[in-house]
Amino acid sequence: MRLGAPLRYGLPLLIFAGLAALLWQALGRDPKLVPSPLVGKPAPAFALPSLRDPARVVGTEDMRGRVALLNVWASWCAACRQEHPFLMRLAREGRVSIYGLNYKDRREDALRWLDGLGDPYVWSAHDLEGRVGIDWGVYGVPETFVLDARGIIRYKHVGPLDEKVWRERIAPVLAELSAEAKGAAR
Amino acid sequence: MKAMLGALLLVLALGRGAPALAAIEPREFPTPEQDALYHELIDELRCLVCQNQNLAESNAPLARDLRDEIAEMVRAGKGREEVVGFLVARYGDFVLYRPPLRRDTWLLWAGPFLLVGAGLVALAVVLRRRQAASPTAAAPDPEALARARALLRGDRAGGGGDRAP
Repeated sequence: MRLGAPLRYGLPLLIFAGLAALLWQALGRDPKLVPSPLVGKPAPAFALPSLRDPARVVGTEDMRGRVALLNVWASWCAACRQEHPFLMRLAREGRVSIYGLNYKDRREDALRWLDGLGDPYVWSAHDLEGRVGIDWGVYGVPETFVLDARGIIRYKHVGPLDEKVWRERIAPVLAELSAEAKGAAR
Repeated sequence: MKAMLGALLLVLALGRGAPALAAIEPREFPTPEQDALYHELIDELRCLVCQNQNLAESNAPLARDLRDEIAEMVRAGKGREEVVGFLVARYGDFVLYRPPLRRDTWLLWAGPFLLVGAGLVALAVVLRRRQAASPTAAAPDPEALARARALLRGDRAGGGGDRAP
């Protein structure tokens, strides 16, 4: 009993095609992107001194009640400089409120950055030791979290924001959130 | 002379890069069990910045912070599960070099065994088929066997004088 020709030649070919497809689709992925287990969960609470006014405590409580972005940034981070003009534009257009988490940065460096390049943030919290960063699963600055009105993390983007990322990733999430809000109001 | 200089430079370069473990800062724990747990944990948890290194090997600032965090938890008497849970809650299964066995990971664990099993089955099928197809595997003809025995016996007795044409 011998295997028929279709099976003899077809089977290896099929296995090859399957493997090729599997490997091909994985080739386009960025191994640096680690999916966050925090998406869909309440944002880890924090209360930190504000960057501009160390006596003032800012934190997750202030972000409740409306959709917000939390942008993790640092003056030592080159990609943050790259994304900064885009954040300035977002802030100018008032599309969404942007909060900052200044990560492992010296206060004077961070303030010099904001004064020199502009400050797109409602406030920036000063996470000098990076403890809050660990709670938020931060591993590569810049990172941006989308929070809904109830303070739940709905999306996380690792890497600089730009027009393309905004259009393809963030804007759809915001649209979904505003649709949800309308549905709830009705 | 040039070669010697090159060799010297090479030795210097290697000597500088080699001790990856120097990345670990010395830490003290109240009990040897905690010390062992700490080292076990940083050995098998993965650094998110240098993704092919564990926390023990990585020089990344985040790895250092996470080592601090783990050391503190261990000193506070937290167990293995608690520390691993803490990191998984923040960074996901990605930090584990040994992923948990779950519905979406069973293929990862069982895959190699399934492949070996499939290979063994295929090997058995091929061997059996080859055996069935080959003439040597058929039971020998008793007549030919008897002749062969006679020839062998005759060979021994006759001193092997004549050859077959």
